Amino acid sequence: MDFGPYLLLASLEGAVGAAVLALTALGLSLVFGVMRIVNVAHGEFYMLGAVIAWWVTSMVGGHPALGFVAAMVVSPLIVGIAAAAAERLVLRRLDYDPEATIVATIGLLYVIQQLALSTYGADARPVAAPIDFRVQFPWFGYSGYKLCVIGASAVMMLAVWLVLTHTRVGLMMRATQHDPETARAFAIPVDRVYAGVFAIGAMLAALGAVLIVPIQQAHYLMGHDPLLLSFIVVIIGGLGSLRGTVLAAVIIGMSDGIISVFFSPTLAKILATLLVAFVLVWRPAGLFGARPA
Amino acid sequence: MSRAVGLHIAVLAGLALAQFTLPEYHHGNLARIMVLAAFASAYNITFGYAGMLSLGHAMFFGAGLYAAGLAAEFGGIAAPGGLVLGVIAGALMAAVVGVLALRTTGVSFMIVTLMFAQAAFLTVLYFGEWTRGDEGFVIASDMRRVLGLDLADPATRYWAAFAVFGAVMLGSLAVARSSFGRVLAAIRENEERTRMLGYDVFRAKLMALAVSGAMAGAAGAAYALLFGYVGATFASIQYSILPLLWVLTGGAATVLGPFLGTLLMFYLIDVSSSFTTAHMMIVGFALIGLILFFPKGILGTLRERVVPWLP
Amino acid sequence: MSSTTAPQAQKVRSAITRRTALKGLAGGAALAAAPGFVPYIQAQSSAPLKLGFQVHRTGIGAAYGRWYDRVTTAAAALINEEGGINGRMIEIVTEDDGTDPKRGAEVVEKLASQHGCDLAFGTLFSHVVMGSSPRAGELKLPYFVVSEGHHVASGKLNRYTLQPGITDVKSQVRAMAPWVSQNLGKKVTMIFPDYAFGHDHRDFFSEAIAAQGGEVIEKIAIPPTESSFTRYFPRIPRDTEVIYHVMVGPGVLTFVKELGEFYGSGARPQIFGFIDSLEAVDIATPGLEFLEGTYFWEGMPRYAPADAPEYETFYRERVGVDANGASVSDSKDISTYAHMFGCWETLHVIKAGMEAAGYQGPDDRVKLIEAVEAMTTMPAGRAHPQGDKVFNGKTHQVFGHQYISQVADAKLSVVHTASIEDGMYPDETDYTAQPF
Repeated sequence: MDFGPYLLLASLEGAVGAAVLALTALGLSLVFGVMRIVNVAHGEFYMLGAVIAWWVTSMVGGHPALGFVAAMVVSPLIVGIAAAAAERLVLRRLDYDPEATIVATIGLLYVIQQLALSTYGADARPVAAPIDFRVQFPWFGYSGYKLCVIGASAVMMLAVWLVLTHTRVGLMMRATQHDPETARAFAIPVDRVYAGVFAIGAMLAALGAVLIVPIQQAHYLMGHDPLLLSFIVVIIGGLGSLRGTVLAAVIIGMSDGIISVFFSPTLAKILATLLVAFVLVWRPAGLFGARPA
Repeated sequence: MSRAVGLHIAVLAGLALAQFTLPEYHHGNLARIMVLAAFASAYNITFGYAGMLSLGHAMFFGAGLYAAGLAAEFGGIAAPGGLVLGVIAGALMAAVVGVLALRTTGVSFMIVTLMFAQAAFLTVLYFGEWTRGDEGFVIASDMRRVLGLDLADPATRYWAAFAVFGAVMLGSLAVARSSFGRVLAAIRENEERTRMLGYDVFRAKLMALAVSGAMAGAAGAAYALLFGYVGATFASIQYSILPLLWVLTGGAATVLGPFLGTLLMFYLIDVSSSFTTAHMMIVGFALIGLILFFPKGILGTLRERVVPWLP
Repeated sequence: MSSTTAPQAQKVRSAITRRTALKGLAGGAALAAAPGFVPYIQAQSSAPLKLGFQVHRTGIGAAYGRWYDRVTTAAAALINEEGGINGRMIEIVTEDDGTDPKRGAEVVEKLASQHGCDLAFGTLFSHVVMGSSPRAGELKLPYFVVSEGHHVASGKLNRYTLQPGITDVKSQVRAMAPWVSQNLGKKVTMIFPDYAFGHDHRDFFSEAIAAQGGEVIEKIAIPPTESSFTRYFPRIPRDTEVIYHVMVGPGVLTFVKELGEFYGSGARPQIFGFIDSLEAVDIATPGLEFLEGTYFWEGMPRYAPADAPEYETFYRERVGVDANGASVSDSKDISTYAHMFGCWETLHVIKAGMEAAGYQGPDDRVKLIEAVEAMTTMPAGRAHPQGDKVFNGKTHQVFGHQYISQVADAKLSVVHTASIEDGMYPDETDYTAQPF
């Protein structure tokens, strides 16, 4: 294929990757920013979201869009409840100690993975896309649904931004992020904010998964890569900076697509990985972070 | 001889005696556990004593594994040379990574080490022509000989694993009791203050990383030579998380913790997998339970409550 | 076990008590130690033969492992119904290796030393085989892998490791080259995972197609961590006549779907794939319509052929698979039909080997290996439902027929059966020259 169309295709692919990554990483970033903890089980909430989406769509008959819309509601809800429960039962008792949380969420990762394997099984299962059309460019065809994912993700991120900046809930979150002690003094229920943030973070991961599951299949090991990528995005974007997270997701998603045009695929992965490492080495606070990490 | 040194000598003596008393299956397991515990002890130097949370130690283990494996496969270098090469490779890799990664701290350090390790893992796959990628390769049995003894022989294997583990454990004990170890602990507790007291923090951390890399390299090389297999799995992220788990289980910043943690986690999986297929669930709950009720690991909690002199 | 064997158990008990008191005690102890076990005839060693089954229950191989498990259970039940091996029942001792080479080696040790198994078998993923095989050799435990890797025949393993139940990748790939070059085209673009399994495909097929006057004009290696594939497709050269794809892992369905989206309604080259790209996946899945008219290698035809021989139908029924290759209890649960027969055939080879060697216990392990090494032809039948086989005792590798199927009406139907000779290649090793 000629260079131009090839680059166009790689950019489209990069944009879809970036859209889903941004949603997923936003969840991790929120938890990171407000609670100052690393949730290693974040990728498993993503996987859980995809698996529940499969359950829901296979139970709802009729047009695929019906099941998909139901999954958009039910899946994040269940994942959110599970996350809130985990926060109450485990993380709170650890007093959000960073290292203890890493271990506990690694434990959670194993528990969720085993639950999915024991109930859902080891197969990768597909979910039908709610809309089914192809855009035929002169050089190649492209899935219309993938283009819609970019739009849907943008809308949801806008919604998150509006909630954070224009609602009381958002204000409470920002206040807690800024200084939990002072927030408590102003009668903000910090405990409940933490539980809520942890749940919302997981729900964003689940939403990203519901969007991706008609493109990729639900599989019990699918949480691994999004976790790594989300980590990268959150760090590169700068700790706790939501805007940075979104920007970093776009940069990483796009560069992952475009570097692969110029190098052999595995070499491209090596270079992209080293690039991330070097960005952090020379900008330890991330590209957009104000605070040192 | 202080009681701390006495305790560690007693543990080593116990392990040496176990060679003659254990049934075949557990005898073999213990040899493997000692090699893996050497890896965990290496991790403990940086994580436990210096407080640096690395998620990239698989690359140091892998460096030793591949140094020994490739030297045997293509260079015809047999076991003792392979072990030396493994130590050098692990230390060198840690030094190079350290010079770059130590510009960062905290979570950024964790991610940078993770990224370097991921790049190292992909490099192994990229050079599949020599490494055979994920499938890996088997080390020829005539390369697995030390002083005319066959490392595949259970007794020889046990002694070799014992020697590697003993050296690493005594090395850890020396670090823990040295002034270098106290500087590391000071950095862990308060890096800024340590710097203001006039210590070269960067140099101390780099030293810690290099020592840790050398130990991990030794463990990797020993694993390759004792068990005869070299593969990319051992350089994957899973093998960066495992030493973290072992150390946390046994107790970070305790000399015996890594061994205890490795031993317990090994048997937890081994025993649970024979009566349920859901062994990941058991491991998961064990981790959550440990961190809820023994947050400093088993020996860390013991040290806090019963034996304050434990190094 | 069926209740009809119960009276025989009574007979055996009385036979034991008629012998010396000591022997009777030992026999009773053996019975007590094996609850649910009903011995068959021989009183001197009536304990069951323990066959250690190393299975991928967790990890990346779990989808395959589940079916390997089912087939193994079915084959063992059949062997026991027919009287076991040398008059003794067989007991399958299962251990999960997590599809991990380190755990794999540990499992081999556990099966040998703790469970006291007579042998181990069943491993699929190549890296687990490579990690486990040295330990099996050191423990002198016969190790029967069902992996389709070229590792056994390449001579990298040892005398105790054999692959008598499934052909290796080199053989499979070579057998495809003549038909592909004659029927689909000579300019081939290969898409494969960038690790050892994919590299074997790349190297062996490039060599084989060149021998047929064809050429691999582009080799696209996909990194193993990849979950989306579209951006690699523009690398497919425009003058490609055949796309050859082989992918494994959870991303396979995405890969095939995206390939379909990429070509869409436009003109496309011929497409030939290894069924590994769609093993355990329903061909009728939405998004796979474009596969209509494309070709697949199959180790054993997933959809029951109209003229299926009796033994094929029998095997299909015993492993609980319907005519469409799905589980009889759940039509959405698609089997790994192209590979899983390997467990069935391996167990039957073990049975034949043990019977030829007069196998009584671990002391006879060497005799068992020698008996299997002495095997040559294995006729198709209930023990070998996939078809005739030829075993090469020197390289420890079996050779068999390969199938090429075309997708028609969202089903696979066989269009070509490659002969055993098509997959033969010169020996690369001679394990029989190694000491035990």
